[in-house]
Amino acid sequence: MFNLRRHLSFLLLGALGLIVLPYFISSRFYIDVLTLIFFTAYLGQSWNILGGYAGQFSFGGVMFFGTGAYVSSILLTTFGFPPIFGIFLAILGGAFLGLIVGYMSFRSGLKGSYFALITLAFAELLRVLANSVEFTGGGVGLFLTYAPGLSNLQFETPVGFYYFALVLMFISIVIVYWLEGSRFGAQLVAIRENEDAAEALGIDTLRCKIYAIMIMGAMGGAAGTFYSQKYLYLDPPIAYSIHLSVEMLLVTIVGGMGTIFGPLVGAFVLHSVNEVARHFIDTPGLSLIVYGLILIIIIGYLPNGLIGAFKKKGKKSGSSSLDKKRSREDS
Amino acid sequence: MLRINNLTKRFGGLVAVSSVDLEVNEKEIVSLIGPNGAGKTTLFAMVAGFLKADEGGINFENASIVGMKPHQICQRGMVRTFQITQPFAGLTTLQNIMVGAYSNTSQTKSARKKAEEVAEVVGMTSLLSQGADGLTIAGRKRLELARALATDPKLLLLDEVMAGLNPAEIDDIVKVIKGIRGRGVTIFLIEHVMKAVMNLSDRTYVLNDGKLIASGTPSSVAENPQVIEAYLGHGAAEAMAEGA
Repeated sequence: MFNLRRHLSFLLLGALGLIVLPYFISSRFYIDVLTLIFFTAYLGQSWNILGGYAGQFSFGGVMFFGTGAYVSSILLTTFGFPPIFGIFLAILGGAFLGLIVGYMSFRSGLKGSYFALITLAFAELLRVLANSVEFTGGGVGLFLTYAPGLSNLQFETPVGFYYFALVLMFISIVIVYWLEGSRFGAQLVAIRENEDAAEALGIDTLRCKIYAIMIMGAMGGAAGTFYSQKYLYLDPPIAYSIHLSVEMLLVTIVGGMGTIFGPLVGAFVLHSVNEVARHFIDTPGLSLIVYGLILIIIIGYLPNGLIGAFKKKGKKSGSSSLDKKRSREDS
Repeated sequence: MLRINNLTKRFGGLVAVSSVDLEVNEKEIVSLIGPNGAGKTTLFAMVAGFLKADEGGINFENASIVGMKPHQICQRGMVRTFQITQPFAGLTTLQNIMVGAYSNTSQTKSARKKAEEVAEVVGMTSLLSQGADGLTIAGRKRLELARALATDPKLLLLDEVMAGLNPAEIDDIVKVIKGIRGRGVTIFLIEHVMKAVMNLSDRTYVLNDGKLIASGTPSSVAENPQVIEAYLGHGAAEAMAEGA
């Protein structure tokens, strides 16, 4: 398990480095890439809580993001409600959606690929709904006005959004750090490893899973507000894009599920690979193939992600949790 | 402490457990034996809340627990172990036991302390930092016991914790179980290892084809002709009597 005290100085240094970094980077492009890395790391972390810790894989994680984005944006455009408060309602909205989806699917005992598919279905359902009702602006979408200021959570420079994303990411790391040392975290991991045994040992597995998806939903809701205030436009295909659902699980799997820094490492590596491939390869589409190949290699050869690969080197006896699952199924 | 009335479970046309009545009193060690497929584990699963009974009542400490979920039953002080061990494979022994300990505390520190205490009781102290997937069969069985014990149960349901162990390991775990009873925990166990059943139990129930066919002290049950027939086949009791 991760030992904070041993790594504290290293961590503070890293945090400090990220805080002062914009003063050394003049390129708007790199600031934007870093902002995007923090943003996906943050979303990945939200997926990590339910997927990596509680072992419940979702393919529709974007539904919380989209719902949060609509909550704060509609409040802003219709009632002039300032996003700095709207973000909290977006968080509530995401958590509430998590409660509904979690209650419905976990109570009926959906697990594994069935749960993954039902979340995908919920996300698609919401996309179609957002397309057909009036108050979301339908297919035309919602246009937000550009009015920089803290109350609008809009900033004049990309550096402002850099810090916004950085704060979100820090918060997500603090949440997962708390999880690692808490009873709730241990209960989620127990559910991931063996749900029957967890239930037999007095864990209310239904309640724990619902709490986990509500945390994921709350985090996704805040991400929605961030996105809509940064890009000032929202329509159903953006709000409920499958691409984002996949990205948040991908960065986590590549970095290492069930680890504190997995999503950040994964987001950093995948975005870097993506940018480098795009930069050096001119043939359209070829960069995507390179990106895909690297994904296959990482997932194929490092079933516990990059963090898992490093941990393995450090500890001889530590075989991967995926290996463990396999051996359990064999025996 | 535990009272079961007329408990019945059907799987389609098969009656796995058929109107069973039994009782476990405080501080007792009661065993449930019977040939393979007799319905022992099914009975345990119903008592622990993993299976819904079709008919009958289950009372624990004078309150009905029918319809309760396993975690609720565990919180009332009755916890089961699994015949096919169900470790949290990706976790260490300590983390495994701590999951059980967390049922009574939300503090990580006290859960750890409790887990270390329990490990001492079952003799796993030296294995605490080992991954649960690397444990031997005997180790896994002990881990089942340790996790259950860490929840501070009043009644422990042990499902074949000795199956697959060698005689030396069985002697060890018999001592552990006696030690647990010494701490005031009531024990209800399913077991095939007759030596252990004789050695441990105050009373024994025999289940065959879902029905209780005998009950009493272990030695009286072992001499019961019906029990001998259930295990060895029709006519076996007579043959044995003639041979004697």
